[in-house]
Amino acid sequence: MKNCVLSINNLRKVFGETVAVDDLSFDLCGNEIVGLLGANGAGKTTAIHMLLGLIKPTAGSIRTFGEDFAGNRIKLLKRLNFSSAYTNLPSNLKVWQNLFIFAKLYGVPDARAKMDELLELMEITHLKNSITGHLSTGESTRLNLCKALLNDPELLFLDEPTASLDPDIADKVRKIILKIQREREISILYTSHNMREIEMVCDRIIFIHRGRKIAVGPSEAIIRQFQRKSLEEVFIHIARDGEVKDKEETES
Amino acid sequence: MNPRIIGALVLRYAFLYTRNWIRVVELIFWPTMELLVWGFLTTFIERQTTGDFPMFIRFLIGAMIFWDVLFRSQQAVAISFLEDVWTRNLLNVFVAPIRVTEYLAATFAFGMIRVTITVVLLAILAKMMYAFNLFDFQWNLIPFFANLLLFGWSLGMISTALIMRWGQAAEALAWAVPFMIQPFSAVFYPVDVLPAPLQVVAWMIPSTYVFEGMRTVLQQGSMAWTDFALATGMNLIFLALAGAFFAFMYDQARQKGLITKVASQ
Repeated sequence: MKNCVLSINNLRKVFGETVAVDDLSFDLCGNEIVGLLGANGAGKTTAIHMLLGLIKPTAGSIRTFGEDFAGNRIKLLKRLNFSSAYTNLPSNLKVWQNLFIFAKLYGVPDARAKMDELLELMEITHLKNSITGHLSTGESTRLNLCKALLNDPELLFLDEPTASLDPDIADKVRKIILKIQREREISILYTSHNMREIEMVCDRIIFIHRGRKIAVGPSEAIIRQFQRKSLEEVFIHIARDGEVKDKEETES
Repeated sequence: MNPRIIGALVLRYAFLYTRNWIRVVELIFWPTMELLVWGFLTTFIERQTTGDFPMFIRFLIGAMIFWDVLFRSQQAVAISFLEDVWTRNLLNVFVAPIRVTEYLAATFAFGMIRVTITVVLLAILAKMMYAFNLFDFQWNLIPFFANLLLFGWSLGMISTALIMRWGQAAEALAWAVPFMIQPFSAVFYPVDVLPAPLQVVAWMIPSTYVFEGMRTVLQQGSMAWTDFALATGMNLIFLALAGAFFAFMYDQARQKGLITKVASQ
């Protein structure tokens, strides 16, 4: 039996008459990076927010580290973390103040040592006493990643971590993510609209369209399955073809 | 509830205040200006009239300080939530292992700290400028302030719940909610000034008993313990109802995906 950190079964979310996530099932098993892909409005963010407990599912179950997430949310949140390009840490606080607060919230034993270790890992030690709002986008992204790693998470949700970064900084961030994932054996659920990045970073991809899972597998398998030249072409094909049939669904 | 989490959240609010002078202005400047305006106005009226006016000044300045306790305690809860919305930090907080009760408890605790700072400042100014000694209330201050804090927390939870449900459009409620009850709570005048139907409304508001009690202490020098008991009883009911309302709205916000919407506004 596989040792999965995340098991989602028949997850469904309906807002009024809109089905945002429809019968979504997948597993995230030990030390892999899984990309959750889909066009805007496909249901990725809703799915991630359900996995974090920010949105209540209409139906289905989420098991995190083998336990029911809804019934053990606080306990399980201690073992995972989240970083998004669309959230910030309070801009008027100093970098160390933001990290220190979150270290305390997550109950990190030696908060100062942990902060120093992560700032060094992200190569932003020199910004420790800077005002968070004065950081560049790339520096903010790395600070968000520091926050996301404070509790040594076993499961990490990264929502477009390189959005709005220039190619150089995006490359640095990707390398850091891959390094920490390998070294710390973290399972990562990753979203991005950068298909090359997804190919570079993710072991496996889950494509969703209109809330439904339509393809699962390594990027090469998905490219072959849809008979396209690249993942980007697959993405465009799926985004523009609203009637992707269930029979196209595949498991690697 | 975990004291470590509550302590960390309180420390965060303290950091936010030390890093933003506008917050300090809010804590000191507005209450001071209010006290000065009310104080000078009553001094002016006193000079124009005869009769038992010193008591009137004491009523007004006392009411102003007491009102500030209620208002600041409500603000601490509602503004702390908005602070997370404004800094786009709400999701980071809500995906951390923090119970809603811990989040609220931290806003309550920080409200107490804010109120203490403001009240001490106002008490010093009122003594220096208008010979009004807040500490003439002696130990009666504790039950009065405790009741105002409790009611402020209830109003804060209601304001936050409404903001969570209706988002930015409801932000103004963070400031408006206390003023919705002010005319009926007999803050600056006794209940019997109100028309009869509004008197019924007034007696359904816990803070009314505190303001009436404050005037009784100033006038007669004795504590109206019946008023205190009624205020406390009603406050506990209000707190339970506000807590239930907050829990319901929080659940609705999670059902409808509103927390993420508010967070990204």
